[in-house]
Amino acid sequence: VIERSPNAPPASLGRGLDAQLDRLVATLRGGGSNLAGLLLLLVALFAMFAWLLPGTFLRPATMQAMMFQLPELGLLSLAMAIPLVSGGLNLAIIATTNQAALLMAWILTTQMPPDAGGGSLAFWIVLALAAGFLLCLLIGVVTGLIVALTGAHPILVTLGTQTLIGGVSIWLTRGRTLTGFPEPILLVANQTFLGMPYSFVIFVVVALAMHALLTRTPQGVRIHMIGSNLEATRFSGVDTRRVLVGVYVASSLLCWLAAIIMMGRFNSAGADIAQSYLLITILAAILGGINPYGGFGRISGLVVSLAILQTISSGFNLLGFSQHLTLALWGLTLLAVMAVKRVADALHLGHRPRRSRSSARPTPV
Amino acid sequence: LRSVIGLVLGRTESALGAVIILVGLVFSVSSPYFLTLSNAADLIEAYAVTTILAAGVLVVLVSGGIDISFAAVASVTQYVAALVATRYGAPAWLAIGLACALGFALGAVNGLLTHYLRVLSIIVTIATASIFYALLIYVTDGTEIYNLPDWWTDRVVFLRIETASGDFARLTLPMVIMAAVVIATHLLMTRTHAGRQIYAFGGNPEAASRVGIDIRRLQVLVYGYLGALAGLAGFVQAHRVHQVVPTAMFGTELSVLAVAVLGGATLGGGHGSMGGVVLGVLLLAMLQNGLNLLGVSSYFFGVVIGLAILVSISVTGMTGRRMRRRHRIEPA
Repeated sequence: VIERSPNAPPASLGRGLDAQLDRLVATLRGGGSNLAGLLLLLVALFAMFAWLLPGTFLRPATMQAMMFQLPELGLLSLAMAIPLVSGGLNLAIIATTNQAALLMAWILTTQMPPDAGGGSLAFWIVLALAAGFLLCLLIGVVTGLIVALTGAHPILVTLGTQTLIGGVSIWLTRGRTLTGFPEPILLVANQTFLGMPYSFVIFVVVALAMHALLTRTPQGVRIHMIGSNLEATRFSGVDTRRVLVGVYVASSLLCWLAAIIMMGRFNSAGADIAQSYLLITILAAILGGINPYGGFGRISGLVVSLAILQTISSGFNLLGFSQHLTLALWGLTLLAVMAVKRVADALHLGHRPRRSRSSARPTPV
Repeated sequence: LRSVIGLVLGRTESALGAVIILVGLVFSVSSPYFLTLSNAADLIEAYAVTTILAAGVLVVLVSGGIDISFAAVASVTQYVAALVATRYGAPAWLAIGLACALGFALGAVNGLLTHYLRVLSIIVTIATASIFYALLIYVTDGTEIYNLPDWWTDRVVFLRIETASGDFARLTLPMVIMAAVVIATHLLMTRTHAGRQIYAFGGNPEAASRVGIDIRRLQVLVYGYLGALAGLAGFVQAHRVHQVVPTAMFGTELSVLAVAVLGGATLGGGHGSMGGVVLGVLLLAMLQNGLNLLGVSSYFFGVVIGLAILVSISVTGMTGRRMRRRHRIEPA
């Protein structure tokens, strides 16, 4: 296989592609008006809650509570965002996370001797983490291969893998949950480092790494190219199958990290935990400006959108509103942001020929 | 032989039919109870709600969209109808009519938002599903309604047949509603102007709008139709379980979607038929029932559905790709 850097396409494809790629790389690295708008919304929300909740909202304790809550949804949203950028979707993230958590929990609660300590404890924890890692790697490779080889839409493929993975978890556990993990696992989600929870530190590091992967590496540019036009990318000499497998492996490995943090937070693992997060991760990614048709989207936008969702949730919680009202407001926020974008688009494109409807619809695989 | 295999696998419906016959043979040989009238009747009744919802989802899929708010819509309409029936003593026709009308209205909201915001319908419906469902739980506080009127919960039996073994096979209300919905949807999609327009729009939205199809009206119709069917499905679901629980339908979105997809509807739009969806439901129902009768744990069922979906999309994906390739070569 000839590896070609996407920055240096073969001369035969001409300057057009070269210029387009330069523009793509430039948009990947540069900021966008979208991000500015989201930041403005975040600041406005902060100001509103600070005004509504004087003395209680802008407090270190509130900020720390937000940092404790953010990482699990954050990591899962990252796991959803990468397939979205590649023009796909991974509906199996929650099922994958739960199964990884179950496997690690099974090793730690039934296989590990209860009196294990010191070196022995470390060995068992490393073993459990490695097993979870391998499981997620396997799930990612299989999902990626099915997507790449059958050409079926990733929504369908992951609908199948989600049902299958969830089915295996339920079959093996009979719907029971596993609880009671050793101290070090609980520490990850409950201890702080310089005032920040370890889980938050992990999330920030992973988000930065994903940002770097998507914007600074050839692989990241290929993922964006696949999202824009799979066939064109294939004809320009990129092994799209390998890139697709990489996308779903990355997505599944992020689920592994989310599994570790969720085990620590809930001190339990089960087949049916956190199902409601699935659609919220899509909501967060779209709100963060990740294009559902694939090809565009920045991790920075996603992080700001997660901060917005978390601010709404914490603020409403402090105001004494129900959790359910928060969910409704998240939905409204997404619709409102979409509407604002649409109006901005219409104004921006006002003097150009009307954008055809087909460009506003997905091009199905 | 290869051409026979190609013929069978070429159309999703015939491939499904072949698999169903095969599965049916295996189960009827291994369990004497499987191929009895009463078992079949129970099976159909158990899958009535899924089939009604899948019929609506099919229409949306053919139009090139996805809707995952229908479970939330069904919960909302079911609850409103139950409130009207219990608090104000509304008669059956009013409660059911209200459920369908409200369902249509909520569906139309999805259609209009998809049309005007020009975003993927999956995004719009994720947002609206969160809003509908969250507001329902917020307003009702998750309270169940148990004291449904008799006309709602009484079992309606149109026909009762005593089988040779002494069991009864009953033709019940859910089955009749399901059959009516299936026939109506089939006629809508194959015999009406609107049905052809939905296929055209799903196949190529640009071309459809250029030949003068009123796209906004079509979107409202498609999502409204699913909404109305969700209202009906909510009614049937409450009829079967004798109570209204706001969270009961939650989480069924993806499994109904899976059924429609198994039946040959594609996410790209423009493809799929009511017959295929019925076969898809039938296959899943037979698998679940047959495995139960064979004594396989019901916990194992998720594994079977997952495998069925993966095999089905892999086969259709690969044959589809081969056919596309052939199309590309032929004109040259």
